[in-house]
Amino acid sequence: MGFRLNPASGLPAYLQIVRQVEHALRTGLLRMGDQLPTVKQVISEIAINPNTVAKAYRELEMAGWVRGRQGVGTFVVRCPCGPPPATYARLAHTLEAWVASARREGLDDAAMEALLRGAIDDQNAGVA
Amino acid sequence: MSGPASGASGPAIRTAGVGKRFGSAWALRGCTVSVPRGRVSALVGPNGAGKTTLLRLLVGLARPTAGEVRVFGEAPAQTGAFLAGVGYLAQEAPMYRRLSAFEHLAVGAHLNRVWDAQEARERLADLEVPLDRPVGTLSGGQRSQVALALALAKRPRLLLLDEPVAALDPLARREFLASLAMATVSGDLSVVLSSHLVHHIEHVCDHLILLADGQTQISDDIDTVLAGHRLLVGPPRPGAGVPGATVIDATDHHRQSRLVVRLTRPVLDPAWHTEELSLEEIILAYMRRRRSAIDRPATGIRTAS
Repeated sequence: MGFRLNPASGLPAYLQIVRQVEHALRTGLLRMGDQLPTVKQVISEIAINPNTVAKAYRELEMAGWVRGRQGVGTFVVRCPCGPPPATYARLAHTLEAWVASARREGLDDAAMEALLRGAIDDQNAGVA
Repeated sequence: MSGPASGASGPAIRTAGVGKRFGSAWALRGCTVSVPRGRVSALVGPNGAGKTTLLRLLVGLARPTAGEVRVFGEAPAQTGAFLAGVGYLAQEAPMYRRLSAFEHLAVGAHLNRVWDAQEARERLADLEVPLDRPVGTLSGGQRSQVALALALAKRPRLLLLDEPVAALDPLARREFLASLAMATVSGDLSVVLSSHLVHHIEHVCDHLILLADGQTQISDDIDTVLAGHRLLVGPPRPGAGVPGATVIDATDHHRQSRLVVRLTRPVLDPAWHTEELSLEEIILAYMRRRRSAIDRPATGIRTAS
C-alpha cells in the first residue's frame, strides 16, 4: 500500500499514516500477514521524515495491529473481526447518498458529523 | 574541548539570546533555540527574519553580536576540527560549473579528513546523475543532488541547508527531499533546512524553528506544535481573553470571532467551537501577529494627521 500526506490537515503526519493503515485494515486492503512498506520505501515515495514513519508504526504496534521484526519488516498480525469489505462498500454507498441529501438540505460538515455522532451515541445508550 | 554539553546526549544546537547586528540594523535578535540530536528542523520565517544569518552563525561564518551559540557544545568557528562535523550548503549551491561531479569529489577528497566518495558516487548513480559531465550542464535538480552528495560525503553530524529547494520544480524538490530523508535514517545526522514556504519541506522535518518579529516564536517538535494550537470560533468578543490559552491572532467579524490560540490546557468554555490547524495556518498566525503590531502605530499617525 502507499501513503498520502495532506499538508492542509491539522492531523500530525504520523497520525495520518496510522489512520490510513487502519482504514486499509478495515476495508480489507491489508490482510493478516501482509507487510507494511519499509521506512525507506515510504521515504522514496513521499519524501517523509524517517522518525515520522517509525512513530506511526510504533503506534500501530502498540494498538496490536502490526508487529515489527528486526531487520525483516513490519507485518499485520491482527485484523478487525468484522464484516467483509463488500459490506463496507455497500454501507459507504448508502452513507454517501445520505451525505449528498444532507448537503442539499444545507447541512455543513460539522452538522453532519454531529448528527452521525448523536445517532451512534443514541444507539449505544439504547443498548446499555 | 569536550564538556558535559558535548557528550552524546546534549542538544545538537543551542542558542541563548543570540543577536546579530550589521551596522545599526539587527538581522537577528533574541534567538533562543534548542534542537535535540537527530532532528530535521524546518527553519521558517518571512523574508528578512534572519534565517540565513542564523545558519551562518551556526557554521561560524559570522559571530554573534549578542548571546551564545553552541553546536554539539562548542562555539562555531571556521577551523578544520569544527568544520569536519558541520556541512553547509549556501543558497544556489555554489559549485565550479566547469567541473564534473567526479572532479568535485576528487577535490573534496583533498580538502577533507573524512571523505566517502564511494557512497557519494553510488548515491548519484542510483539517481542516474551523470558523474562525468560539467555540473553547469546538468539540470537544476541534478545539480542540487550533486551538491547534497558533496555535503554528505564528509559525513557531517550537522547539515545546514539554506533554501535548498527554492529553485527546484516539484518533482526535483521531492527527489531532493527524499535523498535528504534517506540520509537521516541512521539517526546520526541532524539537519536544519530553511524555506520561506513551509509546506514545501514540512513532511521531511520533525522539528520547527519559526523566526518572526526579529525573534524565535517557536522551537519545538512539529507534532507538539500541532497539538498545542487550535482555532476557536465563537460569538464576537473583541479583545476577550481565553482562560488557559494565549491568543496569537484574532479576527473579529460582527457575527463571530476567530482566534488562533496556543493552549496550555483544554478550552472548556462551550461557547467556543474548536478546530485543528495545519502547520502553515499556525505559522501564518504568528507572522500576522508581527505585522499587526507594526501596522498599528502607522495607522495612528495617519489618523492624527
